[in-house]
Amino acid sequence: MSLLSVDGLVARHGLLEAVCGVQFRLEAGETLAIVGANGAGKTTLLRAIAGAHPIAAGTVSFRGEDVTALPAHRRTAAGLALVPEGRRLFGQMTVEENLMLGRFAGRTGSWTVERVMDAFPNLKERRRAKCSHLSGGEQQATAIGRALMTNPELLILDEVSLGLSPLIVDRVYEQIDGLVREGTTIILVEQNLSRALEVASNVICMLEGQIVLAGAAGTLSRDDVTNAYFGLGRVRAHGGTP
Amino acid sequence: MIWLNQILQGTLLGGYYALIACGLSFMYSVMRIINLAHGSLAVAAAYALFVLSDTYELNPFVALVIVLPVMALVGVALQRLVLERAKRGGTLVPVLATFGLAIVLDNALFQLFGADTRSLAPYIDELSYASWQIGDGLFVGELAVMTFATAVVMLGGLQLILSRTQVGRAIRATSEDPDTVGLIGIDGRRINAIAAAIAMVTVGIAGFFLALRATFDPYAGAPQLIFAFEAAVIGGAGSLWGTLVGGIVLGVAQSIGAQISSQGFLIGGHAVFLAVLLVRLSGPLGTLTAIRLVFRRSRK
Repeated sequence: MSLLSVDGLVARHGLLEAVCGVQFRLEAGETLAIVGANGAGKTTLLRAIAGAHPIAAGTVSFRGEDVTALPAHRRTAAGLALVPEGRRLFGQMTVEENLMLGRFAGRTGSWTVERVMDAFPNLKERRRAKCSHLSGGEQQATAIGRALMTNPELLILDEVSLGLSPLIVDRVYEQIDGLVREGTTIILVEQNLSRALEVASNVICMLEGQIVLAGAAGTLSRDDVTNAYFGLGRVRAHGGTP
Repeated sequence: MIWLNQILQGTLLGGYYALIACGLSFMYSVMRIINLAHGSLAVAAAYALFVLSDTYELNPFVALVIVLPVMALVGVALQRLVLERAKRGGTLVPVLATFGLAIVLDNALFQLFGADTRSLAPYIDELSYASWQIGDGLFVGELAVMTFATAVVMLGGLQLILSRTQVGRAIRATSEDPDTVGLIGIDGRRINAIAAAIAMVTVGIAGFFLALRATFDPYAGAPQLIFAFEAAVIGGAGSLWGTLVGGIVLGVAQSIGAQISSQGFLIGGHAVFLAVLLVRLSGPLGTLTAIRLVFRRSRK
C-alpha cells in the first residue's frame, strides 16, 4: 500500500485547468521532488493534495484511505502537513505560539517546541519574537517547524528556498536532509534543479498541469529533466512542432 | 467636588459601556464581523433573565447561570446560520444580515412581551440602590462598582484566553489567516463558532447588567448598540483594554455633559465620540485644519 496515491487529479483556477489528470504514487520513506517551470501547476497540485484547493476530479488516497472529500484540517489530523508557499505564518503571533498551534492536529509524536528549536537553532533566541519581525530564513524555519509540530507522516514543502539567500537555503536543506535520514516522507517543490536532484529519491517533472517525466532520481540525467522542464522532450516525441 | 463626583460616576458608568462593547469589539477583532444585532441580542438575554426571575421566581444570579450557556448556543447558531453564510457574500453582507436580525428580534420581543418596560431591579432587593460612602459627600453604588469590576474581570479574562490558551491562540490564528489554519489541523469553522459563543456569553452578561441597573423594552437594543459602538470606536476597535478606556471616556463625557446642562448627557458622549473619530480619521493636524475651515466659513 502506497502512503500517498493520487489518481486522475484535476484542479482548476476558475476556467483555467491548472492540474489536468495527475497520477502518481509515493511510498513511505521516499523523497519526491516535483520540478517544473512557473505555472506548471506544482503549487496547485500540492494544495489540492493538502486540501487547501478544491479538487475538481480524481482522488487522493492517504495510507489507503480516500481523503478527497476531507477538509484540510482532517487531512492534517491524518498525518499530512503542507508548508505553504510564502510560509503563511501568523505574523502577529510569536514563534513559539506559531509552533504550538501545530498541536491542534491532535497527533502524538516526538516533535515538541524544544525539538524544533534543536533542529533549527536559529530560532532559539527568537522564540518570543513576533513572526512578522523575523528574517526570511527564520520565518521558513518556523513554517517548517509548525508543520513538523503536527507530527506528520508526510511533509509537503512548497518552494522552501523562495526569497532566501543561498547561505540560508543551505541551512534549510541541511535540516531537510536530517528529516530525510530520519525516514520522514517528503514531497518538495524546488526551482533549483540540482538541489532537487540531490535531495530527492524520486523526481516528477510537470509541464502545463501534466506529468511529463517521472522516475528515480538516480536514473534520470540532468538533461532528461531539463528537456522535460521546458517541454523539449514532448516536441521530440511528437516529431515536429507542437 | 461635584466634578470629581461626576468623573467618578462617569468612570463607573464606563464600566457598563465597556461590558456591552466587549462582545462587539471581540467579534470585530477576531471574526471581522460588525454585529448590528448586538444590542438586540443583549435585550433578548435581558428578557430571558426577566422571565426566569418573574415567572419562575429564580434569583437573577441563578437565572444568569442558566442563560449564559444558552447564549453560548445562540452564538454557535448565529455563526452557523447567519454570519458564516453572510460572510461568503462579502464584508458588507454580515452588516445587512445582522441589521435584519436586529429588526426581527426587536419585533419578536415586542410581539411576545408587549411595550411595557421591564427591569430586574425589583428582584435583587437593596443591591439596586445600596451604596458605599467613600468620602465627604461621595457615594458609589454597589451595583455600579460590581458592574465595573465585572467589566475588568471579563476583559482581562478574554485577554488571558486569547493569549494563554490553546483555543485563544487558534482564535487569533484564524482571525489572521482563516485559509491557512486548516493546514496545521485547526478547524476554522469550529473555532469561529467558539469565538461567536464567547462573544454571546459576554452579550448575556451585558444584558444582565442592563436589566439590573435600568429598565428595558423591546426596542432598547438600538441605543445599547450605539453606546457599545461609541465605546469600541473611542477605545480603538478591536482592542480589548482599549474598550475599557473607551467605555470610561464615554461614561465620563456623558456625566460631565449632564453636569454642564441637564440635556447634555447624550450630547457629551456623542461629541467626544465624533471628536475621537475625526482625530482618528484625519490625524490631529487634519482635525485642526478642518476646524479652522469651519470657523472661517462661519465667519463669512
